Amino acid sequence: MSAVTAASIPRLHSKARLQRDEVRDRDVLLYPEGLVGLNPTGAAILALCDGARSLADIVTTLERRYGVSGLEGDVAAFLDGLAAKGLVLYGP
Amino acid sequence: MDRKPLWLLAELTYKCPLQCPYCSNPLDFAGPRFKRELSTADWCRVFREAKALGVLQLGLSGGEPTVRPDLEQLVRTAHELGLYTSLITSAYRLSRERLAGLKAVGLDHVQISVQGADAELSDEIAGTTSYRDKIAAYHYTRELGFPLTVNVVLHRRNLHQVEALIRLAESLGAERIELANTQFYGWALHNRDALMPTKAQLAAAWQVVERERARLGTALEIVWVLPDYHEQFPKPCMGGWARAYMTVTPAGEVWPCHAAGRITTLTFENVRDHPLDWIWEHSEAFNRFRGESWMPEPCRSCPRKAQDFGGCRCQAFLVAGDAGVTDPVCSLSPHRHLIDAALADEREPEEWTYRAAPASRALAAALRERT
Repeated sequence: MSAVTAASIPRLHSKARLQRDEVRDRDVLLYPEGLVGLNPTGAAILALCDGARSLADIVTTLERRYGVSGLEGDVAAFLDGLAAKGLVLYGP
Repeated sequence: MDRKPLWLLAELTYKCPLQCPYCSNPLDFAGPRFKRELSTADWCRVFREAKALGVLQLGLSGGEPTVRPDLEQLVRTAHELGLYTSLITSAYRLSRERLAGLKAVGLDHVQISVQGADAELSDEIAGTTSYRDKIAAYHYTRELGFPLTVNVVLHRRNLHQVEALIRLAESLGAERIELANTQFYGWALHNRDALMPTKAQLAAAWQVVERERARLGTALEIVWVLPDYHEQFPKPCMGGWARAYMTVTPAGEVWPCHAAGRITTLTFENVRDHPLDWIWEHSEAFNRFRGESWMPEPCRSCPRKAQDFGGCRCQAFLVAGDAGVTDPVCSLSPHRHLIDAALADEREPEEWTYRAAPASRALAAALRERT
């Protein structure tokens, strides 16, 4: 795998699916034999992983939405965690 | 405190064309207790109640779930509810058309068992010529874009093939291979002396797993289910009794795990008589071993109790004769000698009994006489 940069385009692996968990009032990422509970920020990041937006686009969108700056580190760390589990893939 | 289930294993039928001697189904699967299978409408209601209760992951298993002609309708309902649905199948005579149909109604994930790395051994262990169907179905599964898990139960007769099994899963493009060392319940307990691996076999296989994990990284997830008889501490069975998991049997009984029905000192409720949330919250079987207050010594004062929950209640019942004692696998258990006596390093392997309806009916009659 080539190095992840701000231009990399993250996307969910096809085996993973976002799902609303009404009972626990949260979103979850479901995949074979497992799940990850998401906080609202995590869910917002994954909702932007549409296979078109780059990492930089996602960060900019979130920073505008929440009126903050310096989110690169947090967004990259969150997605890297899921990439290590094979749930997020980076494309050019 | 979240005490809602995340997982439901729906055992749709105990009918199965395979006869694996380690089957986790009850010995008396062909007896009267499991005769009256739930209808399509019953299952759809169970799935709705499960989702409302908090379940997110659904396993469709058996027996062989593809025997049910209404499987497509069940998958469609599960998908509409938002459940992540896995089909756990032997793939016997499973056609590309049927898999494509299941994909169309929303099946998420396919798990296909294999009994050995080549046709000769796989078919011998399964007791049914099925290897060729499995290989074909693996390819269909990948062609149709399903995530694929290759399931293998490991024991004395196939542990030497671990490397070949991993290579097979890799060549098929599977996401996961589940190398599940035999857990001794159901038919596996009945055939324990034939299936029990040696320490040397396990050590060699584990070495292969470690090496292959390093080589493959995230390209293929290798799950290794521990051979608990050979461990010092018990497994955290089901993540704790009635904490996150439930099984519904073909005839509608609800169990905290797929082996619990053998515990004769518990009363199990049926989805025909009660809603699922009532069974989860209030039934005697689910509450008996929930939490920590039931624990005896050495668990009660043990710092590991939050980690392993006292181990497995079924194993305590089956090996020590009391579901309320420490899992006898634990080196601190006063019953550990019963586990040690079953370890087989110097023993010659015995013949096994295949899992089949005639043998099941005979064993069911014997069980009834004993109780």
